[in-house]
Amino acid sequence: MNPPRPDGSDRPNGSNRPDEFDQPDEPDEPAALPARPGWDVFVAVALGGALGSAGRYGLVVLWPHATTGVPWATLVTNLSGCALIGLLMRLVTTAAAPHRLVRPFLGTGILGGFTTFSTYAVETRGLFAADRPGVAVGYLLGTLVGALVAVRLGIRAADLARRGRRC
Amino acid sequence: MLTWAAVLVGGAVGALCRFTVNWLVERRSRPAPWATFAVNVVGSLVLGLLAGTGTALPGWVGALVGTGFCGALTTYSTFGYETVELSRSGPGGRGRAALNVLATLVVGLAAAALGWQLGNLT
Repeated sequence: MNPPRPDGSDRPNGSNRPDEFDQPDEPDEPAALPARPGWDVFVAVALGGALGSAGRYGLVVLWPHATTGVPWATLVTNLSGCALIGLLMRLVTTAAAPHRLVRPFLGTGILGGFTTFSTYAVETRGLFAADRPGVAVGYLLGTLVGALVAVRLGIRAADLARRGRRC
Repeated sequence: MLTWAAVLVGGAVGALCRFTVNWLVERRSRPAPWATFAVNVVGSLVLGLLAGTGTALPGWVGALVGTGFCGALTTYSTFGYETVELSRSGPGGRGRAALNVLATLVVGLAAAALGWQLGNLT
């Protein structure tokens, strides 16, 4: 059995077919592009990205934070997004025939748009700059460890859900 | 109202850019974490730049480019998922996962700090 391939949620549809044009120096010609995603995939990604970003912004509005304190809204956004991506990817990669727009819309679009690395990086910088190194390191590493645990919990939840359905 | 519209539009464009970068990276048969690393570093630099300029820019620019575009261009969920998948990818997987984490955090934070310094000059 092969180990699972590092498989990003942002993987465009159909890109796992053999790549006949794998020549990095080849000039870009439209005909040489393998498996260009269809327009509906781009629409799904854009729509999901807009909705995910709105959800993230809504949480920040509801839950503002001082520049010297823990940015709870971003923390909750990123951890919940990680749990959901683990759940989604496990369900999608083990399903017999998932709809081709499920992953671009929910994974790349909504969850990709909902979670953010840039805000996390800038907030961490701000905490260091505000002379709160303890909070900064705690936020930096707390998000990281929490995110990795959340992904694994999401995967576990998907396995439990599938097993429950089979019994 | 304008702020929400700016976040929606910026979020749509940011997600599309991330998707396109990922497709281009995969097309050249490079591992997917490289695409996520690239968008996270670039997004951190741009958001840092915006944050560094402070209140010099109108609010809708921050909503459009910062909250919308940079927020959606960068992703923690894919970074987390790919790290977990790397750690399970056979011999040496844990090392590759640790490298992905270290590189993303160090370079991402440095990009945010550099962006802030550049933005603060203006």
